[in-house]
Amino acid sequence: MIYLRLFYEFLQTGLFAVGGGLATLPFLYDISDRTGWFSYGQLADMIAISESTPGAIGVNMATYSGNMVAGIPGGIIATLGLITPSIVIIVIVAHFLNKFKTNEGVQGVFYGLRPASTALIAAAGFSVVLIDLVDFDLFRQTGSFIQLMNWRALFLAIVLYILANHIRATKQLHPVIFIAFAALVGIIFNFGLN
Amino acid sequence: MKELLNLFLTFARIGALTFGGGYAMLPILQRELVDQRKWVTEEELMDYFAIGQTTPGVIAVNTATFIGQKRKGTLGGAIATLGVVFPSIVIISIVAMFINNFADSVILQNAFAGIRVSVYVLILNAVLKLWKSAIVDKIGIIIFIAIFSLSIFTNLSPILFIVGAGLAGFIAKRQQGVVS
Repeated sequence: MIYLRLFYEFLQTGLFAVGGGLATLPFLYDISDRTGWFSYGQLADMIAISESTPGAIGVNMATYSGNMVAGIPGGIIATLGLITPSIVIIVIVAHFLNKFKTNEGVQGVFYGLRPASTALIAAAGFSVVLIDLVDFDLFRQTGSFIQLMNWRALFLAIVLYILANHIRATKQLHPVIFIAFAALVGIIFNFGLN
Repeated sequence: MKELLNLFLTFARIGALTFGGGYAMLPILQRELVDQRKWVTEEELMDYFAIGQTTPGVIAVNTATFIGQKRKGTLGGAIATLGVVFPSIVIISIVAMFINNFADSVILQNAFAGIRVSVYVLILNAVLKLWKSAIVDKIGIIIFIAIFSLSIFTNLSPILFIVGAGLAGFIAKRQQGVVS
């Protein structure tokens, strides 16, 4: 029963992903590893689409991955799986709101969770970058260091990083604009052909 | 009934207006819920948002559940949450259909090869931003390095890391409490 499995996988994601939409990312990679429902490359596309369409990223990614696995019902079921733990947990937390905020045990748990969540997102990003920008196979075949890296993509990444962080005029721009710009560069310079 | 429908429609509107993550939703929540509808105060909204960030799940969903629950109890929480995810389900289903039909298009493939690069930069920026607020001392750095390397070099489930790190944080805080 693919729907049941989808619901269960995204229930787990909703229950353990702490810190917002991108925190679901490591869980999606884990699902990809275990089920083969989608590839890392497809996941990167899903992130891009989720960032550039309305709605919270985490929800969009769940709908998208469910949709890839089992069509429109799959998208709906994955999303319901993702939000079920939130509803249960928040309804409970709401009852104990004031105790929750000041409880030292709870604060201790989150003190450990926050760096862990950051590390998981960083690791997920790192592994996908490694797959997309570094071509070990070609390097092994040709022995040429120049072909180890996808230099054009790396150059675009550096330009985007500088625009998004260090140029005052472009720093405040919405992520959608950087995504659109990167799409345009990809089309003009045939990025898909490598 | 009318109130529940109102909850659903209000949060569907908020979901449709949000681009990007839960953080991008805060200004829209402030305008729609605090200024216009006066359902919550600014302080309440900030509390909900902070808790939404530190409890499991997507921030937008957690915040919607909180406010819905305040208005109309558990059912209200569920309805508000369904409202906030409704636009995503509709829009993404349409987009997915469109992209599957054009998967062979060279232009689309080139565009996505470019887009992927921008996604990596966005993830890097998100991590750098999180780093500033999440990692406040040596223990934080140790947890980060440990989980980062374990996650790259092993196939263990992220669930294990989350539970382990929560436990480590709990013990570390408790020991600090005993010492001071």
